[in-house]
Amino acid sequence: MTRADRSHFVYVTYIRTTPAKLWEALTDPRFIHQYWFGTTVDCAWQKGSAWKMVRADGSLTDSGEIIEIDPPRRMVIRWQNEWNPELKAEGVSRCTIELEPIDSSVKLTITHEIERPDSNFIVAVSGGWPRILSNLKSWIETGEVAITTHPGHRAVKAEGAGER
Amino acid sequence: MSDADPLFKALADAGRRKLLDRLHAHDGQTLSELCRHLDMTRQGVTQHLAVLEAANLVAVTWRGREKLHFLNPVPLQEIYERWIRKFERPRLKALHDLKHRLEHDGEDSPPPRPRRSS
Repeated sequence: MTRADRSHFVYVTYIRTTPAKLWEALTDPRFIHQYWFGTTVDCAWQKGSAWKMVRADGSLTDSGEIIEIDPPRRMVIRWQNEWNPELKAEGVSRCTIELEPIDSSVKLTITHEIERPDSNFIVAVSGGWPRILSNLKSWIETGEVAITTHPGHRAVKAEGAGER
Repeated sequence: MSDADPLFKALADAGRRKLLDRLHAHDGQTLSELCRHLDMTRQGVTQHLAVLEAANLVAVTWRGREKLHFLNPVPLQEIYERWIRKFERPRLKALHDLKHRLEHDGEDSPPPRPRRSS
């Protein structure tokens, strides 16, 4: 069975917003760092663009490339860990982000997969995504995030992104 | 938050919690694979999966003709933040206060620890 050769997960959340606003939240570095624990993304968001996740101090956490992009519906990122030698050695993963409007919400689906069984990389990112998605949802819906990494960094008020 | 009603309802059943455990042990299973390890009828599993899907605790994808079921922990994270994390704070503060009291007990005999210079 080919499914046994890969590791993957599918996470879904429903956010009360529009696809355009959610797409902006997913691609604008000023927005990303609000709900991604201060990390942000450096990318031109075109097919073939380099994609880099960068900490507040400028250090690289993950890198890759935009394989497919169709705003505001879908993007596929080639994604490789850069900060942990063991996870980096597992090679390239593939992250698919899909947005689908349903009534007054958007269904956001994240599929992350790697072509190897029992991947520690997938275990690591699967632990991070629920917190990021939960933060993203509360940030878009209420203008505040629940989780921040920096102890002194209180919930941040969004500017113009809240929809209440 | 009315979003949470179907979620708590879905969790309030031992059979459905067992299904979530099966998916946690092995994510991305078909209905037949899930039935193999459970003492439930196929129809029962189908109904439970529908409730879990409605509560967004199970996400479904198609791979060819196979319908795969994935555990979706995002709503659990939301419960954690709304219903658990909030109630942890007073306990953490109590622990912090206890530590402070113990460490500052008997101020005339300070604990034998190097002083921080900064």
